[in-house]
Amino acid sequence: MKKVNFIHLRSKFALLLLVFLLTFSTTLYSQDAPAADVTADAGGDVAAGESLFKANCAACHKLDQKAVGPALRGVGEKFDRDWLYKWIHNSQALIAAGDAQAVKLFEENNKAVMTAFPALSEADIDNILAYTDQPKAAPVAAAGGEATTSTAGEGGGSVSNTLVIGALALIFLLLVIMLFLVTNTLKRIAAANGVVYEEKEKRTPLWKAFVQNQFLVVVFSIFLLLAAGYFAYGYMMQIGVDQGYAPVQPIHYSHRIHAGDNQIDCNFCHSSARKSKHSGIPSLNVCMNCHKNISEVAPETATEEYSKEFYDGEIAKLYKAVGWDPENQEYTGKTEPVKWVRIHNLPDFAYFNHSQHVTVAGIACQTCHGEIQEMEVVEQFAPLTMGWCINCHRETNVNLATNDYYAKIHEELSKKYGIEKVTIAEMGGLECGKCHY
Amino acid sequence: MASNKKYWKSVEELKEDSAIVKALQDNEFVTEIPTDEFLGDKKTLESSSTTRRDFLKYVGFTTAAATLAACEGPVVKSIPYVVQPDEIVPGVANYYASTMADGFDFANVLVKTREGRPIKIERNDLAVNGGGSANARVHASILSLYDKNRLVGPMLDGAAVTWPEFDTAVAQKMNDMAGKDIVLLTQTFASPSTSKLISEFTAKYPNVRHVVYDSVSCSGALDAFQNKYGTRALPDYDFSKAEVIVSVGADFLGDWQGGSYSKGYAQGRIPKNGKMSRHIQFEANLTLTGGKADKRVPATPTQQVQILKALTGGSASGLPANIADAVDKAKAQLQKAGSKALLVTNLPDVASQTLALNFNANSEAIDVNKPLLIRQASNSEVMNVVNGVVSGTVKGLITVGVDPAYSLPNTKEFNEAYQKLEMSLAFAMRLDATASMAKMVAATPHYLESWGDAQIKKGTYSLTQPTIRPLFNTRQFQDCLLQWTGNSQKYYDYLKETWTTSILSGGSWSQALHDGFIASNAEVKMEEVNPTMEGAGVMEEATSNGALSFSMQEGGYDLTLYTSTGLGDGQQANNPWLQEFPDPITRASWDNYLTVSAADAEALDLVNEHVSNGALNGSYVNVKSGNIVIENVPVIIQPGQAKGSVGLALGYGKTAAIQEEMQTGVNAFPLYQNFSNIQKVSIEKASGMHEFACVQLQSTMAGRSEDIIKETTLEIFNTKDKSLWNSIPVTDYDHSPISVRDKKADIWSPFEDTVGHHFNLSIDLNACTGCGACVIACHAENNVPVVGKEEVRKFRDMHWLRIDRYYSAGDTFKEEIETLENLPAFDTYKVVEVPAYENPQVAFQPVMCQHCNHAPCETVCPVAATSHGRQGQNQMAYNRCVGTRYCANNCPYKVRRFNWFLYAENDEFDYNMNNDLGRMVLNPDVNVRSRGVMEKCSLCIQMTQKTILDAKREGRPVKDGEFQTACSNACETGALVFGDVNDKESEVLKLKDNDRMYHLLENVGTKPNVFYQAIIKNTSEA
Repeated sequence: MKKVNFIHLRSKFALLLLVFLLTFSTTLYSQDAPAADVTADAGGDVAAGESLFKANCAACHKLDQKAVGPALRGVGEKFDRDWLYKWIHNSQALIAAGDAQAVKLFEENNKAVMTAFPALSEADIDNILAYTDQPKAAPVAAAGGEATTSTAGEGGGSVSNTLVIGALALIFLLLVIMLFLVTNTLKRIAAANGVVYEEKEKRTPLWKAFVQNQFLVVVFSIFLLLAAGYFAYGYMMQIGVDQGYAPVQPIHYSHRIHAGDNQIDCNFCHSSARKSKHSGIPSLNVCMNCHKNISEVAPETATEEYSKEFYDGEIAKLYKAVGWDPENQEYTGKTEPVKWVRIHNLPDFAYFNHSQHVTVAGIACQTCHGEIQEMEVVEQFAPLTMGWCINCHRETNVNLATNDYYAKIHEELSKKYGIEKVTIAEMGGLECGKCHY
Repeated sequence: MASNKKYWKSVEELKEDSAIVKALQDNEFVTEIPTDEFLGDKKTLESSSTTRRDFLKYVGFTTAAATLAACEGPVVKSIPYVVQPDEIVPGVANYYASTMADGFDFANVLVKTREGRPIKIERNDLAVNGGGSANARVHASILSLYDKNRLVGPMLDGAAVTWPEFDTAVAQKMNDMAGKDIVLLTQTFASPSTSKLISEFTAKYPNVRHVVYDSVSCSGALDAFQNKYGTRALPDYDFSKAEVIVSVGADFLGDWQGGSYSKGYAQGRIPKNGKMSRHIQFEANLTLTGGKADKRVPATPTQQVQILKALTGGSASGLPANIADAVDKAKAQLQKAGSKALLVTNLPDVASQTLALNFNANSEAIDVNKPLLIRQASNSEVMNVVNGVVSGTVKGLITVGVDPAYSLPNTKEFNEAYQKLEMSLAFAMRLDATASMAKMVAATPHYLESWGDAQIKKGTYSLTQPTIRPLFNTRQFQDCLLQWTGNSQKYYDYLKETWTTSILSGGSWSQALHDGFIASNAEVKMEEVNPTMEGAGVMEEATSNGALSFSMQEGGYDLTLYTSTGLGDGQQANNPWLQEFPDPITRASWDNYLTVSAADAEALDLVNEHVSNGALNGSYVNVKSGNIVIENVPVIIQPGQAKGSVGLALGYGKTAAIQEEMQTGVNAFPLYQNFSNIQKVSIEKASGMHEFACVQLQSTMAGRSEDIIKETTLEIFNTKDKSLWNSIPVTDYDHSPISVRDKKADIWSPFEDTVGHHFNLSIDLNACTGCGACVIACHAENNVPVVGKEEVRKFRDMHWLRIDRYYSAGDTFKEEIETLENLPAFDTYKVVEVPAYENPQVAFQPVMCQHCNHAPCETVCPVAATSHGRQGQNQMAYNRCVGTRYCANNCPYKVRRFNWFLYAENDEFDYNMNNDLGRMVLNPDVNVRSRGVMEKCSLCIQMTQKTILDAKREGRPVKDGEFQTACSNACETGALVFGDVNDKESEVLKLKDNDRMYHLLENVGTKPNVFYQAIIKNTSEA
């Protein structure tokens, strides 16, 4: 019933798309990128070092950027290996012992105390250092380069496409002009030769015949009215229903990356969904819990559509909004609250409470919001119409057994009516006043 | 028995042939819908060239255009916090304990905030016995926070400046003024920290002396108490301990001596074990207290002096026989009650107050050890300052929280002198009469934006904490003093220090702040407020028995000045909720007026008349006292007003920094000579008629008069069967009478309402004092709009909860019945009711939607916009309503309210919902209704739903007492009890099974979920 008036358009579009895909199918396959090779380094196992680094160091250190601690790329070459062992095993002891280099380093880094890692063996440290001493990643550049080439390729495809269509159109035009010229010439020749055309007998035009046939007219009118009614109804019913509404947000926040790839629980950020009517848009300090340390995305996060640079730029937008200076690792105090565009808009006269559904009923977020963990850009999944609400209330049973609130009601129901299961509707969940006040 | 009694709301109803009353009973709206008015004049319509077809075309086109334009949804922005405070969860309310202490109203309160903005005031139940009460004004104070006419920053000579500039100017001025007499004139703070701070300030500037000024004085009572007990304070009373209460003019359920005693009073008035207190009231104006009394005797103030004298053992003279008789009986009862007797009076002089104080010395109901500290002013001292200003000996005046230029009796000469002062500094929340003349104006915050403390009653301490950041560039008085005494502390730190060192005695500050209140016997040295100190006037001595120190000359009328339940002393005059709050007695809003007895009105040719749509008009009079004339005071003829006396409310007639719509009434303060609420005046009729916004004839229950109020005496209640005094109405079935509660009497099939919750509301008419706190709480909770005087006059007020006031005949109930039984049927009303006009019985009855199980409104709604919920609530879906108003027409209780206009964001209704600031008070959980929609009480379904959800979330059953409505929550006397009758342990179920229980208009068969407890009056004369 939705947007029926576009059915035609859609089918045409699909046809065009098919033609287009068939024509350029080769370019689609050409985008399979070869996996970047990780080169091994002498003096330690880089792969083992990487996993150790991520497990132990990445909370405070980055390779090329200052985080809580300094950037670590090339650190193995800067310092003496034995000194590094000592420092990593217990930096505070080294400082306490008055080691000049250690004290200097401590002072340079705002006297941030580094956790001691006595458990790391010297071999482990070698592995980590092998990882950190790798030259600045070629793979990153390669990935970037590939992204650009792929877009260029796509751009080229569309250019040739228009070219071909243009050429075809030109040829067609030429043919039409030629045909016109030829007929004219032929007519002139015929006139010169005195050939006389035989005039065709005039037949009743089709439309006149149609108009004269009253039965057809009546049937057609009825059909037309019904069809118009059908489409009008379909159109009217989707007014104010914004299913599929996916506005552009001031910061391109990807639920795919957070809820999907990184499997962060929805309630971690939308914590008030458990106790309030609002699910709550997380305040920016919640973002900074993680993003204080995550200033860039991993290369593999990037997709064809959105490059790593794009995502890093979005994180930079967050820093600007929250007033975080990533260079000096401090808050500037200059904040710019983010004006998100609200996607799910219930009218004022409808009361909806998240905690009722999330905490009491235990409904998964996806039931109403769709597979949010796969959405790069969030869109309104459900129609949010009253019919949609009510339908669910009619079909869903109330969980009587595990909630003590329902204990008495449950007992009375089973005693009085022998009922063990009730739907929300039977509990009064369809009453107007439950949602409209 | 009870049904023999006729109840009436207005004298108009006593006229048998009154067309207006008839029309009001027959029609939902007394006037036809004025179609002619909005269709314009016929002539233009006829000459118009627009044909019907054209018109339809235009309509069609515009509708289509509007529809198309509406297809695109608006883009809504959501802006989260950058750093969300830990305690805030969007969508969940936070509550903070605080204390209101504006110099007139003192109360421990809970402030409900949503997303950091306060939206409602509630009672603080932790503050047991803390003095002060959350009356209608306290509940409404939330709206005064969002007053758009507030001062936005400090001013010097009328120009806005910054605080540092202001500080410099003040320091400069204080230096220039060294050695010259400066008076710091403040409200009563009752605040230990402020008191300490002021003494530090006066120590630094010895030429400053502190004088307390209460705009409505309690000086006589304070002097009397100080003479007897040494502390300048007011005794506290526990009316629940008194068996016999005699009041001589004291409206102790109203604003008498600064606080309402309704809670204790109501406790003693609910019959327990066959006993309840006996209450006799001698008074001139009909007050709330008089309305509740078992026996009310109208007496002019002159007579009250004699009555008090007689009651306290002296000999009275010149009292009419009926009063003398009543006095004798009252005296005997007082004596019999011994230590359980209580005598209170509102006569303003020290002598009278001393008499009462001495009389009560052995009473159990008086507490002199822990007195109230909420009034401090001494008349003589204030007079001394005023005279000093006028004569020029006082060179500088700093006013804090008071507006002498408005509230002094001699404002004219005071104002002239004030403008000539060398230094005039006003601390004010608005540019009031004083501040608008002051050279320096310090903008102060509302109490919900400030820190503070108060010792309302000795032995208790309360804290005030801010619940929102200051909306404007304001700084509180205490912070200014700290700044000016060179103390770098903020007032918060100063306050905390005072508390930790001298009040908490080791207790936790956080706990005290959480509770907002602690009981502590710690003595804090309060600044000496001693009227006998140098330069002040002489304190009035308690003179011999009963001699009133003010002289009452003969002739004229005795005027009793009072403060109205709505406006009090007028500090919140710019509050539309309070302006529209109908006075519990006269049912008039948006006005003050002279109340006159019917006999005096006739003598003076004053009239009250109802115009054709039922609205009330009244004559104007000029009120004269000496050379003071107040012109054009509208008159209301008040049943029960003592003959020869008149009444007028203070607190009205404010104009400075008050929105035009709220500049209502006349200023009665010029008559408040010598700060005495009793004055001799002469009255002469002026021309013209005043238009009142009075709702007393409105919402008549369609001419039905049975089963509205049920009333009986304690004696009958104790001895007779319930069916005699609280009978269940009967109806016919198969030609034989059956009870309306019988199933056969019903054409409806019953609802299944035994599983789950079923809500009921009990209203105890004995405990209800008509104070109106519930009405305002309902406004705040349910976003009830203010419609303005013109609309109220057309009976279009939007109150979901109204408090009906009924009059009925007879000095006593018994007397009435006897008379009725002995009279021929035709004469009864004329003979009994009309004289009763002089002293009617009064009953208050809160009426809201009765949530009928068999609701007449539900069956007539063509679109099913109103329907019945399983939990007993009659639900109203606003978005479904098309505004046919059938439901209102079919409602026997007339509790449905129609939105005739759009009341939000409409310049025609320029009240709080028309500005961003005022809209901050709206409850986000409740809809703001639009034009053309019917609305009514929902039994606060948003609150019951929340309670249920909280229980579900925590996986537990709901406890009794958890279910509340805004009105039951606000009710201090316990008159309104709300709960779940399917909970066998609930209090409301016990009340439902009570003998006194009855349903309003039960004979209609609506089976309401709201029920009432019949009135019991203690008529025993022995």
